[in-house]
Amino acid sequence: MHCRSLKLFFLFVFLGLPTLSLAQSAASNPASQAPATQAQIATLQQAVSDARMAGDNAWMLMSAALVLLMTGPGLALFYGGLVRKKNILGTMMQSFAMMGLVTILWAVVGYSLAFGHGNAFIGGFEHLFLRGVGLTPNTDYAATIPEQTYMIYQLMFAIITPALITGAFAERMKFSAMAVFLSLWSLLVYSPMAHMVWGVGGLLNASGGHIPSLDFAGGTVVHITSGVSALVTCIYLGKRAGYPQNNFPPHSMVLSFIGACLLWVGWFGFNAGSALGSGPLATSAFINTHFAAAAAALGWTVAEWIHNGKPTALGAISGAVAGLVAITPASGYVQPFSALAIGLIAGAFCSFMVFEVKSRLGYDDSLDAFGVHGAGGTLGALLTGLFATSTINAAFGKDAHGNAIPTGAIDGHWGQLASQAAGVGIAWSISIVGTLVLLFAVDKVIGLRVSPEEESAGLDLSQHGEEGYDLNS
Amino acid sequence: MLKIEAVLQPSKLDAVKDALLEAGIEGMTILEARGHGRQKGHTEFYRGREYTVDLLPKVKIELVVTDEMKEKALQAIIGAARTGRIGDGKIFVSRVEEAIRIRNDERGETAL
Repeated sequence: MHCRSLKLFFLFVFLGLPTLSLAQSAASNPASQAPATQAQIATLQQAVSDARMAGDNAWMLMSAALVLLMTGPGLALFYGGLVRKKNILGTMMQSFAMMGLVTILWAVVGYSLAFGHGNAFIGGFEHLFLRGVGLTPNTDYAATIPEQTYMIYQLMFAIITPALITGAFAERMKFSAMAVFLSLWSLLVYSPMAHMVWGVGGLLNASGGHIPSLDFAGGTVVHITSGVSALVTCIYLGKRAGYPQNNFPPHSMVLSFIGACLLWVGWFGFNAGSALGSGPLATSAFINTHFAAAAAALGWTVAEWIHNGKPTALGAISGAVAGLVAITPASGYVQPFSALAIGLIAGAFCSFMVFEVKSRLGYDDSLDAFGVHGAGGTLGALLTGLFATSTINAAFGKDAHGNAIPTGAIDGHWGQLASQAAGVGIAWSISIVGTLVLLFAVDKVIGLRVSPEEESAGLDLSQHGEEGYDLNS
Repeated sequence: MLKIEAVLQPSKLDAVKDALLEAGIEGMTILEARGHGRQKGHTEFYRGREYTVDLLPKVKIELVVTDEMKEKALQAIIGAARTGRIGDGKIFVSRVEEAIRIRNDERGETAL
């Protein structure tokens, strides 16, 4: 409020004082003053627009950097610490490879497929090689930042999404096959899903889509797609040799801890940056992100303390990540205490998925990509329909009387839960089908899984000819 | 010449080293090891499942001494390492056939 009244004050000063002096001189010589007034107003309009862009663009560039930090080294460390020592480099290289590969694909065609004009399911080729994506805003998406800022911000999301999947097939996929599989996945699953939820004309777009679905920062686009694809992949590939008879505890909880904390901090860019500006909505998303992480860490810890008798560090950090996942779709739509509730529920629910469901059903989701991202994302997307309120974000605009249209169930709009469920269903479907097709294709051409000898020697040696730790040198 | 191999608790390493130095023994090799005797392992948790870790961290000291020094060395180790609890460790003594100083090719007890 203070900022707004300050802005209004300055606008008043800038426009009012010159206008007064102009009025005086206009009285004396009307004809010669009119163009000068126009010119001055135009200059002022430009100054105002520059000022708005400055604040928003600064935050958005920072957010893009924060989201990249989540992949490298956040996710690389988080996953890296959880695998056996012999696979640390292989695991980190999978995330790093995404940073390189997806960037190129995004620039060439990925951005165009996701955010170009097309139909309800996919964009088009209008921005092939980023043609037409310049330094002026694209008002379809973000009116106060250059479109290139929007593009680079969205790129960081496109990078981390396939990187998340690597957690499911940890310690047993060929580097070459992974690179091909995830590159294709980025184009055939991620870009379409991103288009459907956020792209112009997208089926699930909250503004004007056929089934308006609320996904502020990517609960469906990022977490459900990656988590469900992870589940499909780990089932297709099969279990690691020796699982579940042998236990494969993390070789470095220290690295995982550092990675998880980097994820938490980076997530502020992920969620608060999705406000696409530096205004109050970014504040809401920032606070919700933090509250959910904290509550979920607590939720998982308490659940584990009861279940095992001791709270583990792995449980605490996994809980925090689960909360961050669940709040992702809700971050710009809910009240802070709703965020706390979402976090608490997500922490308990995801711990249940990992402790009970995974061991009962027997799939080797090595690093719990499905248990945390798939399950947490699904839960978060549904809870968004419950807790979204127009008092935080009038996502559906205003009605004829100027009242904000109800967003979620707590506003009285229970039908939103159905839309959320539809979005969830579509995310699950495209992930399952797309991933299966790609796995099958890549497996036939390249072969996905490392040989038993390679798996035993470890990815570092077999895939990269390197050792992660050479502590005796 | 006798080889003394002592498997000890890592926390006792400093005390044993000091005791051996005080007894006049200057050369030894220290290795990090893992193992267990009748001492049970401990349980850890991973993703909600409990499992037993029975490869516990140990320290192994190896030294080669003259026959005359044997008892003094053993007493030094035992005195410093004993706590009276399970897990104190074990000592093994074996005969050594040859000892050589690499620097100048001295052999036998003078090489120790």
